This record gives sequence, structure tokens and C-alpha cells, in this order.
Amino acid sequence: MMAADPVSLPTAPTAGASRARTLLWLGYAEALAIPLLALLVSALLFSVFLLALGKSPVQFFQLVWLGGFGTAFSWSNTLLRAAPLMLTALAVAIPARLGMTMIGAEGALVLGGFSAAAIALPMIGTVNPWFMNAAMLLAAVMVGGLWTGLAGSLRRYRGVNETISTLLLSYIAIAIMNFFVEGALRDPADPNKPSTRNIGAEAMIGKIPGIDVHWGLAFAIGACILLYVLMLRTTFGFACAVAGGNPRAALAQGLPVGRLVVIASMIAGACAGLAGFFEVAAVHGKANASLAAGYGFTGILVAFLARHHPLAIIPVAILFGGIAAAGGIIQRRMGLPDASVLLLQGLCFVVLLASETLYGRLRLFNPALRTERT
Amino acid sequence: MEPGSAFFMVLMAMIGGAIRVSTPFLFVALGEMITERAGRINLGLEGTLVLGAMSGYATSYQTGSPWLGVLVAGLAGCCMGMLHATICRLPKVNDIAVGIALMLFGTGIAFFFGKPYIQPSAPRLPSIPLGGWSDNPQVVEALKINPLFIIGIALAFFLAWALKNTRAGLILRVTGDSEVAARALGHSVALVRLAATGFGGFLAGIGGAFLSLYYPGSWNEGLSSGQGLMAVALVIFARWHPIRCMLAALLFGAAGALGPALQSIGITQGYYFFNAAPYILTLFLMIGSAGSKKALRDAPGELSLTR
Repeated sequence: MMAADPVSLPTAPTAGASRARTLLWLGYAEALAIPLLALLVSALLFSVFLLALGKSPVQFFQLVWLGGFGTAFSWSNTLLRAAPLMLTALAVAIPARLGMTMIGAEGALVLGGFSAAAIALPMIGTVNPWFMNAAMLLAAVMVGGLWTGLAGSLRRYRGVNETISTLLLSYIAIAIMNFFVEGALRDPADPNKPSTRNIGAEAMIGKIPGIDVHWGLAFAIGACILLYVLMLRTTFGFACAVAGGNPRAALAQGLPVGRLVVIASMIAGACAGLAGFFEVAAVHGKANASLAAGYGFTGILVAFLARHHPLAIIPVAILFGGIAAAGGIIQRRMGLPDASVLLLQGLCFVVLLASETLYGRLRLFNPALRTERT
Repeated sequence: MEPGSAFFMVLMAMIGGAIRVSTPFLFVALGEMITERAGRINLGLEGTLVLGAMSGYATSYQTGSPWLGVLVAGLAGCCMGMLHATICRLPKVNDIAVGIALMLFGTGIAFFFGKPYIQPSAPRLPSIPLGGWSDNPQVVEALKINPLFIIGIALAFFLAWALKNTRAGLILRVTGDSEVAARALGHSVALVRLAATGFGGFLAGIGGAFLSLYYPGSWNEGLSSGQGLMAVALVIFARWHPIRCMLAALLFGAAGALGPALQSIGITQGYYFFNAAPYILTLFLMIGSAGSKKALRDAPGELSLTR
């Protein structure tokens, strides 16, 4: 399940530099065209589905455009959702580059956000907001990193399947948050929804100047760029790619595969924890059940569509942030249940994975196939 | 042990709970066991379970027949399983990832079409009162057994026999252990896996129908919380054997019944932790059983999970 790195494209030994460059660009084009094709096919299938229900697909996609990207207000709504999606997608993509399918971002986000809210409790109103935010961020990132790092360690030392363990840890994380939020740390002043005490308006993270979105977006994009450099431009990232492509070869080369597994899973958890921090410190102001809003699960789809490339995650997260932002208007104007967004996402995911089979088999992108057949 | 004591009440509630809670585990685990014996892993059973719960409940509400609901749930699950098998037979497609996608997809379909059925009350499955010999209300309550539980237990024994003694069982095991050998014997690997994954989905759908039509006995969006996934882990723990799957399902059922049982005698503290008990138990069982020599020996050779 490695991302198709153009570097790993087969090149004939006699091929010249220009031919190699052509192949490289064809590789990029293929990695762009096939996911786009998959998106198009899922949009078509979803249109057929809507037609069968007697709804207008044209109206549906118009509303997606309007609710997600049509106005300044919808853009800020979209970006508000895209920021946590980028981070949860990174939480899937980084381990995936090592050949691991870790899907516990939801739990790391929830537990990270909860830790941030919990560590803030004794500081509310007494400590400098800057210091408080720093402590919250650190707590969220560390707890998230350790939580998913646990799954990485279990895989390293006990060979426990990381896909199942991360999802189990997600359920446990949500149970831990509920336990405290409905018990010891519940704010008695809030009778409606069990929550921790609000961190207070002055401690909330502000908006990026010029746009109506909190600083989490800048941090998320920064994390994508940083991890792009780490995973594709450093020896650490190269070691991860080798270990993901062929663990035995990596071990034979003396690469510390086990340690890479743990580090990558900790990075993944830290990203999800960071998303949790911003959800608490910039959106909700407190920890409660709204933290488990499904960002962790949509992030899986975003990472797969981006082929686990940190930079490609940015536009894909914006696209799915927009679809999620349009959910409300679709529900109101078309009378479709709010699960239609979930259904569309699931459909995209299924079609996308089926499209993986096309890599290396389309003549347009693989000149070698053209010569073979003739 | 005197009836009426707190311990007795918890024990009876746990036994009754184990029987009720274990049934969906039992069906999903048996189905997944068959799928994995054919050399493929279907992580999408969580979505299949939810879809089965919704379609079973909706059918029971529309037709008034809960057993028809069980059948429709099974067929819906079967379709999901066959979709999984059809996508996974394409080259270069990863079965674990497809499972995750189908988990989201199945949940999406179920929530989309299940919205109108959250409020209305559908006819439930009947139960067989086996505790008539006792005049203790707790015993009577604990031994109200659903026919699906008995079918599930019988199925476990039948599958154990069939895997060992029938031609179909042999073909299934060969396909799971070595694709090359299966092809050499003239069997279509894709076809065997289509049947095995479809069968697995069928059973998972029935497990879902049990959730909505018997216990807890209503349809809502929070109905299944990881049972489908835990059942997959349970199959690994049970080392791909039907009888061990059955025992493991009972164990999981008892763990799942712990929270409600303690609640029944007034211990509500730590409710969320007792609710998390099955997940924690699964995790510890996986830590204990993964990578052990026995597990590696019993695992189907073609399974991507253990390679």
C-alpha cells in the first residue's frame, strides 16, 4: 500500500535522462489522473443513486458548490473543517508510507483534545493565556502521540495488527473521555451536555488575520509541508519508504524498522492530537462528545485519495471539508438525510480503492505497455 | 449461594447477558472465520452489521415479520460481502483497505435509509423461556433464549464438522492455504472467495438483525459500536476454529454484559469503563495471542493479516 513514488518507476537500463524525466512526469500524471477518474466515477454513481430516489443530481452538486465554495462564508466553513481533516489524514498517511494501515485518528484526536481541556482546568482565569495554550498544545500532542505510539509499539514488539488495535484504541479513548467528562471533570454549571469547564474566551485561539478561520488551518498546512519535507526529502523519510516497500530488504540494510514503526505512529498520533487541541481551543472551548465528529474517519479517505502524499492532502482535505460544510444546506434544501455525505464518502472510498488496480495498466501513462502489445 | 444476594444477581445477569450479547459476536465471528479460511480478511463487517441491523428492522416494520427481517438482513450482508470479494479480486487491491471503505459505505447506506425507522417500533424476535423450571425471576430472565443463539451454536458445530469432513470444506481450506494448490486442483480462487466472503457477510447481516430485532432491540445510529471489528479480532484469538470462535464469543458476551449487570444492582460508577471492557479485553487478547507460534501454525497461509 505504498504511495506510487515516481522514484520507484521502472526505467530501462539504457534509457536516457530525458526518457527518465518523461517517465517521471507520466508517473505524476498517472497518480493525479486515476484518483480524479475515481472521483468522477463516484460522482456519476451517486448521481444515478439520486436519480433513482427522484432527486436532482444537478441540484445536489450545485448545493455542494454553494455550501462549500460558493461564498466567502462557505469558504470559511470549508476551511474550518479542512484543518482537522488535514491533520487526521496525516495521521493515516505517515504510517501508510511505512506500509501500516492505522485508522485510529479519531481516538487520538478525542484523547488529545480531552487532555488539552483537562490540563487547562486548574489554569482557567489565573494563568497567562499564551502559557495556557502552550501547555494545552503540548499535552494534546504528547497524549495523542503516545496513544497511537502504543499501537506502533504493540506492532513492533508483539506483532499485533495495527489496523484493529488502532480502531480498538479509538473506542477506548472515547470511553475514557466520556468517563471523565460525565464524572469527575464535569462542569456542574453546564446542565445540558456533559462537558469540561469552558477554557474562557480570552484563552481561545484567535482567527488568522484576513480570513474567518482559526490558526489551526495554518498549523495544519504547516504540518503537511513539514511532514512532506521529512517523509520525501530526508534520509529518515527514505528509510521509511524502504521499510514500507520491503521490510526484509530494509532489515538487511540495517535499517531500524521497528524503531521507524514506533516513531511514525507517534508522529501520526501527534498530528491527530494537534487537531484535537484546535477543536478544543479554537472551536468548542471545552471537551465533550462533539469531539468525536468523524474527522478521524473522513481523514482515512482523504489520505488514501491523496495517495499518502503530505502535500496532496491539502487540496483533498479542502474538497472533503467543502462537501461536509455543504451537508447542512443539502439536508435543508433537498430533504436528504445528513448521512448522504457519509454515503458519498463511502462510495468515493470504495471506487477509489477499486481504481488502484489501474496503476501501471493504462497505456497512456505506461509507454512500456504500448511497445509490448504491438 | 443464596438467591437474592448481590453476587447471585450479578452472576445471573452476566449469564443472561452473555447469552444475549454474544449472539452477534457469534454470527459475525463464524462468518469472518469462513472468509478468512478462504484467505481473505473482511474488515467491513462492522458496516455489514449496521446495514443488517437497519434492513432487518425496516423489513420487520414494513412486513410485520421479524424472521423475514432476519433473512433480508442476511441477504443485504451477503451483497456487501460479495461486493468486497468482487473489488478484492482485482489485482493490486488491498483487502484491508477495502474493508475499511466498506465499513464507511455500509454505515452510510444504513444511516441514509435508516432515518425514518429510528422512531417506529417494529415487531421483535420471540424468545424461548427455558427457565420455566425455576421460580427465581432472575433465573427465568437469564434463560430467555433467542432461537438465533441456538442456531448459532448449532452452526458452530456444523461448520467445525463441515470444514473437516466435506468436499466444500476441503476446497475452502485449500484455497486459504495455497492459491497455487487450489488452481492446480482446478478450483477458481476468485469464485471460492466470492462464496466465502458472501457467506461471511450473510452471517454478519444476521448478527446485525439480532441487534436491532432482539437485543438491545431497536434501531438507532449508535447501535453497533465495534462489535463487527471485535469479532474480527476474536477470530484471530480463536485461531480460525469454529468451536473456539463460539467459546470466544461467549467470553466477549460476558465481558460486554459486565457493565449492565453491575448497573442492575446499582453500581453505576465507572459505567463507561465497564462498557469499554470488551475493547480492552480484545486488545489484551490480541497482545497475548498475536505472534504466538500456535497462531502462526493455525493461520491460513494466504491471509494478508498474518504475513
